[in-house]
Amino acid sequence: MKFWIPSGLLLAAAAAAALIVENEYFFFAGYTVLMFVVLATAWNILGGYAGYVNFGTPAFFGLGAYTAAVLFKAFALPLGLQILAAAAMSGLLGLVAGVLTLRLRGIFFAIATIALVVIMETLIVNWRYAGGATGLQLLRPPPTLPFDSYIKMLFVLMGAMAVGAVALARWIEQSWVGRGLRAIRDSEEAAECSGVPTLRLKVFACVLSGALMGAAGAPMPMYLSFIEPASTFNLNYAIGALASPMIGGTGHFLGPVIGALLLSSIQQLVTVTVSSELNVLIVGVLLVLFVVAAPEGIVGLVRKWMRRSSG
Amino acid sequence: MRRGDPAPHFFDESMIFSFELLYEAVVFGILLGCFYAAVSIGLSVAFGLLDVPHVAHPAVMVAGAYGTWVLAGYGFDPILAGLTLMPLFFLAGMALYRFYYEAFARRGSNAGVRGIAFFFGVALIIEVGLIVLFGVDQRTVEASYIGSSVAFGDMRIPQRFLVGGGVALVLMATLTLYLSKTFTGRAIKAVAQDEPALRLMGADPVRIKQWAFGIATAVAALSGALLIIIGPVEPALDRVYIGRTFSVVVLAGLGSMTGTLAAGLILGISESIVLMLFGASWAPAVSFGLLLLVLAVRPQGLFGR
Repeated sequence: MKFWIPSGLLLAAAAAAALIVENEYFFFAGYTVLMFVVLATAWNILGGYAGYVNFGTPAFFGLGAYTAAVLFKAFALPLGLQILAAAAMSGLLGLVAGVLTLRLRGIFFAIATIALVVIMETLIVNWRYAGGATGLQLLRPPPTLPFDSYIKMLFVLMGAMAVGAVALARWIEQSWVGRGLRAIRDSEEAAECSGVPTLRLKVFACVLSGALMGAAGAPMPMYLSFIEPASTFNLNYAIGALASPMIGGTGHFLGPVIGALLLSSIQQLVTVTVSSELNVLIVGVLLVLFVVAAPEGIVGLVRKWMRRSSG
Repeated sequence: MRRGDPAPHFFDESMIFSFELLYEAVVFGILLGCFYAAVSIGLSVAFGLLDVPHVAHPAVMVAGAYGTWVLAGYGFDPILAGLTLMPLFFLAGMALYRFYYEAFARRGSNAGVRGIAFFFGVALIIEVGLIVLFGVDQRTVEASYIGSSVAFGDMRIPQRFLVGGGVALVLMATLTLYLSKTFTGRAIKAVAQDEPALRLMGADPVRIKQWAFGIATAVAALSGALLIIIGPVEPALDRVYIGRTFSVVVLAGLGSMTGTLAAGLILGISESIVLMLFGASWAPAVSFGLLLLVLAVRPQGLFGR
């Protein structure tokens, strides 16, 4: 209840805002922030709990986006089904990639996921029906009532997905799955010897994480009314998904949320006022700083501070 | 196709398949392969021998290419410029390793996620640093061997690829000799094979690793010079080369120098043949496809220890 009441209230507030507030820009920007919350939370399931770095966020995200776009183009499928199909496809990609490379040491998995991005992008670029390198223009259907604009509807939808993703991560963290994943991160050999089904748990985390990333990508074609490979498979999604949990804190389900909110706000501020290069530089410096000096992230810093002030 | 990619400049896409073309593709692939081996050899030391998850290596290389560009502005020959940069990069590499060691390796045997994230952050900082300093435009250098080509029968081979291949072979040979004949070189190999044993014998593995990482970084400076000789360079070029260099190092079997050359050739030839048969839009997937295949089927590589 400590989790569900606040998140339910937040979601209700978001929906109410979408029905009352007129300004579209707020929702346009808010959607991106919430999307990064989902991506960072998804990344943390495998990267934070199990300690396997995934650079392949754009591959899972892009596969989800393209699944949705192609299904919309072919059958005009409703958005809900698009999201489910996207999650299924990206989960499948996670299964294949996981089974092939999660037996190896972490760094090999990390490199293999970079490979996934380029391979997915190449496949899409060479697929005429999906628009190839030039992309695909899509016509948005009218928004579902009670919303008066599609962007506002997507904003609330992404908010619901963010709550769902965080709830899932929280469940994992507190169940035996999370304990198993943490055991893998601390010492894989010891975990294996104590009877933790390491490979099965890792693959499960990889599938779940991939499916969430795919779901986060599914509304993207509708959000932009357009989809195109170079920006969809952009490495910036990998940067955001990796840096947010590392900065916010990988050990707690709130870590990725805090990190994503912080990075997205910096991004909104810096990109609008100065330049987008500076934004990447800030992310890079923060990432190195936190990884070196505060391995537990912001959540860890807050915990330490609270312990000190109470004791 | 990605900007600044050297491979696609060679073929005209309207060409039709013939054995002559296949022959050309193989010759070009061999030259390209020597170049790929040269840009991967630094990583072969840093990742293959020292086990450092150095995903920033291609970014260091691109920094070397920009350094070459700056020196070339003062009238340096690109290769000479690359050689001039080597001592500087050597020191920078030693400093980077010392920092990495103090921050991560000292605390545990495996830095894991944080080590990878650290080098990822370093790569971002280098990339954006280059954008801030030089802008996002492509840069090229001038030299007598860039832009001209040599005729072999009906074939014309761009001279820059011959120079690139030649420097690559000399670099590989020097490093192989260094690692097998000199005292420090053997020490580097020893630290890769059995670090605790080295410590028991009274040697300091950290100093040796630091030295080796310095060498790997110095080699990256020369690789950067080759990079800008082969084609135009832009700050984000490292993203393409992460895949190529890691696939060569993994395919080679970690830390094997002869393996690195063989793997570079395999990658170069397969990329060049795919380019000829299917066109430039399929070429970027070759290195990564090869990498996934190797990881799935034979993770210890062709010449694995």
